[in-house]
Amino acid sequence: MSTNAPAVRPEGGNPSFFGRVLDNIRAGNLGSGPVLIGLVLIGIFFSFKADNFLSPGNFSNIITQMAGVTLLAYGVVFVLLIGEIDLSISYISGIAGVIVAQMTVPESGHQVPGLIAILLAVGACSLIGAFQGSFVAFIGVPAFVVTLAGYQIWQGVIQKSIEKEGVIIIQDETVNNTANYFFSNRAGWIIAAVVCAVYAASVLSGVISHRRHGVAVRDPLFIVAKLVSVVAAAIVVVIISNKDRGVPFVLLLMIAALLVLTFVAKRTTFGRHVYAVGGNAEAARRSGINVARVRVIVFMISGAMAGLGGVALAARLNSVDLNAGGGTLLIDAIAAAVIGGTSLFGGRGEVRDALFGALVIATIANGLNTLNLTQGVIFITTGGILLFAVTLDTILRRRQRKAGR
Amino acid sequence: MTTATAPTSAPLLELRGISKSFGSVQALTEVDLEVRPGEVMALVGDNGAGKSTLIKCVAGTHSADSGQVLFDGNEVHIHGPKDAAKLGIEVVYQDLALCDNLDVVQNMYLGREARDWLYRLKEPVMEAKTAETMKSLAVTTIRSIRQPVATLSGGQRQSVAVARAVMWNSRLVILDEPTAALGVAQTQQVLELVERLAKQGLAVVLISHNLHDIFAVADRITVLRLGRSIAVYERRETTQQEVVQAITAGVPTKVSGIPSTDPESA
Repeated sequence: MSTNAPAVRPEGGNPSFFGRVLDNIRAGNLGSGPVLIGLVLIGIFFSFKADNFLSPGNFSNIITQMAGVTLLAYGVVFVLLIGEIDLSISYISGIAGVIVAQMTVPESGHQVPGLIAILLAVGACSLIGAFQGSFVAFIGVPAFVVTLAGYQIWQGVIQKSIEKEGVIIIQDETVNNTANYFFSNRAGWIIAAVVCAVYAASVLSGVISHRRHGVAVRDPLFIVAKLVSVVAAAIVVVIISNKDRGVPFVLLLMIAALLVLTFVAKRTTFGRHVYAVGGNAEAARRSGINVARVRVIVFMISGAMAGLGGVALAARLNSVDLNAGGGTLLIDAIAAAVIGGTSLFGGRGEVRDALFGALVIATIANGLNTLNLTQGVIFITTGGILLFAVTLDTILRRRQRKAGR
Repeated sequence: MTTATAPTSAPLLELRGISKSFGSVQALTEVDLEVRPGEVMALVGDNGAGKSTLIKCVAGTHSADSGQVLFDGNEVHIHGPKDAAKLGIEVVYQDLALCDNLDVVQNMYLGREARDWLYRLKEPVMEAKTAETMKSLAVTTIRSIRQPVATLSGGQRQSVAVARAVMWNSRLVILDEPTAALGVAQTQQVLELVERLAKQGLAVVLISHNLHDIFAVADRITVLRLGRSIAVYERRETTQQEVVQAITAGVPTKVSGIPSTDPESA
């Protein structure tokens, strides 16, 4: 070994941006690349095939259709990051729907304001998550089985609790607005400006703090490009939305949840521990990380996001019925996270994957619908894409194992 | 080895008469071990001789049934990994305990992340300190400390694991089979790192099966056999043959008049 080999670059940067991308690919980290390319291809395909696909009205439709799935999928990302699975989220979301519906029935004696009902629902769902997560974290029961039991139990609870009524109409304005409110044109612009400002501020504060500690900022061009594209996307979304009914409230809800959860995952010690537990639970334990606590909190996040998604889903229908949480909700939520690029094997993925993945699923369903194709075709297509995504994930994992050895 | 601390200085860690049993299995019997600052003490022994158990007693994973642990001349009681870390004892395990999906900086700070009152990570601080540590240990082969550990070679990964142990003002580093899975060049890389640790004044306990490695870096060699510490050799005054014999057959006892032929009865 030569003694005058170059020292580790103190700034820790690679020669080039492409060098780093290459490193990431070798490590099995494709990021959002594949799903974004897929989205563009799907968009181009349907814009040629279906006439009204690109209309502002349809854009609004896609957003409101995907909201529930997206919120659930955010939670799925966390669960997948620690290498577990949560099959109960669909019926947990149904439970949230039942709670907001029951708690807002007028003159029922236990009517509470809409916002309180929503908080109660989300809180209850996170407790359900903690309950299930405890079995996984403290006793070591496989999450697959615990949450499969939850899947059945919460389905039963939903049916039991509304078996008399069969369906409860939600009359509370606040609750229904979570899915059906659209901002005025001006409010839309203000919200877009605020979201962009928050994003820019968080990026800039990172850059400034790197500078202050004399650590080089990696890929400044890439950071600028990301900032510009986020701002551009925000402007385009507001323009399109304002041509229809305005920016939907659920879009704000999705973006706000995305920002908060991304902050938790990438900027906090807890988030770091989530990735560590998913990467190597034994190493995490030996490093002094409380692995059980991380697991329980992750299942709580999963439950809470299922609850929030459940409120949005119930609000969209203005009601809950015996089918709450059923159908393709569970499959779609998990598929969204996986198609977006989150690994089923743990430790790899980002919260935004859920948003992109849900967008893919919603776009395909919507596009095929506008082509007047049946549900069967939609299932087959979505299933095919899911298979592709999981295969890609598995191949990447194999590469990761081989890399550097 | 030319170090600030003379080889005759007081031991940093001293184990006296450590015994440990698992049920009816006596894993350790009255084991003694000492290691001085600036010294590499090799711990050798056949499979099942009790090396790992002894290390786990020091690391806090197990607690000894009887015996004394002296650190810096004071008796200490180590009940968990946190106690060991507080004393400045770090263990680098055989299977590394790194997270493949995290980068070098993230692994270095795993479980001890620098954060502010909002539990926000202080990435620049961690990155600067990691670069500094790597530089001080002359770990020069890692291209970027921001690349995932999965992309590193075995030797580089081992270097990261060792550097992590050193970064926390540790005074005693225990390395469990650090070269077991490595090729020739990478083994060399890690052994050089071990030597540098000792030169910086740390006490190092090196567990290895490979006598070649041990004779390359160790100052003294403690031999464990069937749960007992049976001999301590100065590396300069012994041969590989002598150590192998001690590991496999025990130390021959000389009875006057009879040549020491049957070490097994010793």
